[in-house]
Amino acid sequence: KGGRALDDDLLEELEELLITSDVGVRTTMEIIETLSEKASEISNSDELKTALKALLLERISFDTPAETTLKKPHVMMVIGVNGVGKTTTIGKMATRFVREGKKVIIVAGDTFRAAASEQLTIWAERSGAEIVRHKDNSDPAAVAFDGVQAAVARDADIVIIDTAGRLHTKKNLMEELKKIRRSVAKTIPDAPHETLMVVDATTGQNALTQAQLFHDAVGIDGVALTKLDGTAKGGIVIGITSTLGVPLKYIGIGEQADDLRPFDAEEFADALL
Amino acid sequence: MFDNLTEKLTSVLKDLRGHGKLTESNINSALKEVRMALLEADVHYKVAKTFVAEIKERALGHEVMESLTPGQQVVKIVNEALTDLMGESHEDLVLSGENPVSVMLTGLQGSGKTTTAGKLALYLRKRGRKPFLVPADVYRPAAIDQLKKLASQLDVPVFDSEVGMDPVDICRSARAAAQQRGCDTLILDTAGRLHVDEELMAELVRIKAEVAPSDILLVADAMTGQDAVNIAQSFDGALDLGGVVLTKMDGDARGGAALSIKAVTGKPIKFIGTGEKSSALEPFHPDRMSSRILGM
Ligand SMILES: Nc1nc2c(ncn2[C@@H]2O[C@H](COP(=O)(O)OP(=O)(O)OP(=O)(O)O)[C@@H](O)[C@H]2O)c(=O)[nH]1
Ligand SMILES: Nc1nc2c(ncn2[C@@H]2O[C@H](COP(=O)(O)OP(=O)(O)OP(=O)(O)O)[C@@H](O)[C@H]2O)c(=O)[nH]1
Ligand SMILES: [K+]
Ligand SMILES: [Mg+2]
Ligand SMILES: [Mg+2]
Repeated sequence: KGGRALDDDLLEELEELLITSDVGVRTTMEIIETLSEKASEISNSDELKTALKALLLERISFDTPAETTLKKPHVMMVIGVNGVGKTTTIGKMATRFVREGKKVIIVAGDTFRAAASEQLTIWAERSGAEIVRHKDNSDPAAVAFDGVQAAVARDADIVIIDTAGRLHTKKNLMEELKKIRRSVAKTIPDAPHETLMVVDATTGQNALTQAQLFHDAVGIDGVALTKLDGTAKGGIVIGITSTLGVPLKYIGIGEQADDLRPFDAEEFADALL
Repeated sequence: MFDNLTEKLTSVLKDLRGHGKLTESNINSALKEVRMALLEADVHYKVAKTFVAEIKERALGHEVMESLTPGQQVVKIVNEALTDLMGESHEDLVLSGENPVSVMLTGLQGSGKTTTAGKLALYLRKRGRKPFLVPADVYRPAAIDQLKKLASQLDVPVFDSEVGMDPVDICRSARAAAQQRGCDTLILDTAGRLHVDEELMAELVRIKAEVAPSDILLVADAMTGQDAVNIAQSFDGALDLGGVVLTKMDGDARGGAALSIKAVTGKPIKFIGTGEKSSALEPFHPDRMSSRILGM
């Protein structure tokens, strides 16, 4: 389609591209409006692509602060709705950190879902991380507390706390997350140092509400976008990162230990176009 | 974002009074709102387009009744069209054939298959059947443990799968084991897989060929976005699905995926999952889903 001006047909194609990538109606309209305003500067599809990419990058790029020295132990908490890939992402992160020579403790804070601790235990074995777990149905805040205590006692570098999947609409379960946070802070007042929300790339518009309510409840420092190895584009993160102002940190591209990548905004935008 | 489509439509059609007719020129803005509502509910772009064209056809020439505002009238037309598309009433599991029969659960990673397996066991037992749970996910860490734990919580017999076994062998052997234990309905919990994973999709086809399930269900997450059509088309194409279970309906997702899936496969949504507990399974009601998708 080289040499085609920014006509209505092309705008409609653009709209289809963005909507079918789960970018969402509002963000799509914003982007299209901005592009229409620039119509005079755009005379062919290459220029259009360049302009579109710039608009996407504006929304998903963050100046990541130069690798600051982490607290020791650096306490991470991983949250998100059911089945998005929290436990697997923890397994993958633990693998990375252990490989970097760090001492890692993972904490089985999902005491509710059947065999959640068993699942995390297998990831501890695979990654070489240590695990702290309690009995099924015990208090997740108590496991988290013990996990941080163990990390201090054993001089660990990183503690990653798994939590049960929960829908952001369930008040009592969101309260439970706050309680986990508080129990971690009993040992280390400024912990958790990092709260990572996991979002499944197949998710549609609901992911925005998820992010908003998790952020309101416990604060999110970053997002991991999983299951990008399928055909879903994960466009909803554009709305999440630009509305909440939190960066996308990792992407998940498979079920294995090595299937985690640092987020690359350029690459993501290219895949979307 | 809007809360109520009726209000929106009422406002864009405010100049149209009773005995006016819905015409191309006076309902275009209303159709735009309907389209936005569908897209915001995650109905697929193309499905929404076709659907709006269908509504337009139905609406044109309609006389606005005194009893309804034009907005309400359009909502009524949209609702009827949606309900027609979603199906009239609840369609149940197919359990026909020689016992033991099998119900096979398939779907993407994390959609809720294993949890739904437990729920269906409970559902079937309440209806006098003797379910037998079959863990056929040998890939995901502790997937077998998960179903075995659910089985023990529910006191439902479960096949003693092990990680080293082949999923097709598991399903074959489970049939004999179920028979031995006097069970009449196997529930096959397969591993989550991407619809584009040819090797794993082929595995499902082999399982189907081996056990000839009486029903094959796609377990899909109600929060699924635009990809729902690709997913549903691929699973249906490979397996000729009997129906769909829409999980995590206890959240606030509008669930437009339901419409997309139905539109591209024609297969009924049979159940919805409404929680993590084994009792949280309900028959699907198409009419309620229409209102939910429209955000009313
Ligand atoms: N294809 C693919 N599958 C993934 C990815 N990440 C996780 N999964 C799979 O998604 C499923 C759910 O992952 P979990 O890690 O158990 O998800 P979770 O969020 O911990 O789930 P709950 O604890 O039940 O809420 C598993 O089958 C994982 O193997 C990914 O990046 N790509
Ligand atoms: N709130 C809610 N959670 C659900 C529902 N159905 C399943 N879940 C949760 O979703 C998560 C994933 O469920 P699983 O049954 O493990 O999903 P799966 O499809 O077997 O996952 P894989 O085997 O890893 O592909 C778990 O945390 C379940 O508790 C539901 O209807 N509502
Ligand atoms: K999911
Ligand atoms: Mg988990
Ligand atoms: Mg499973």
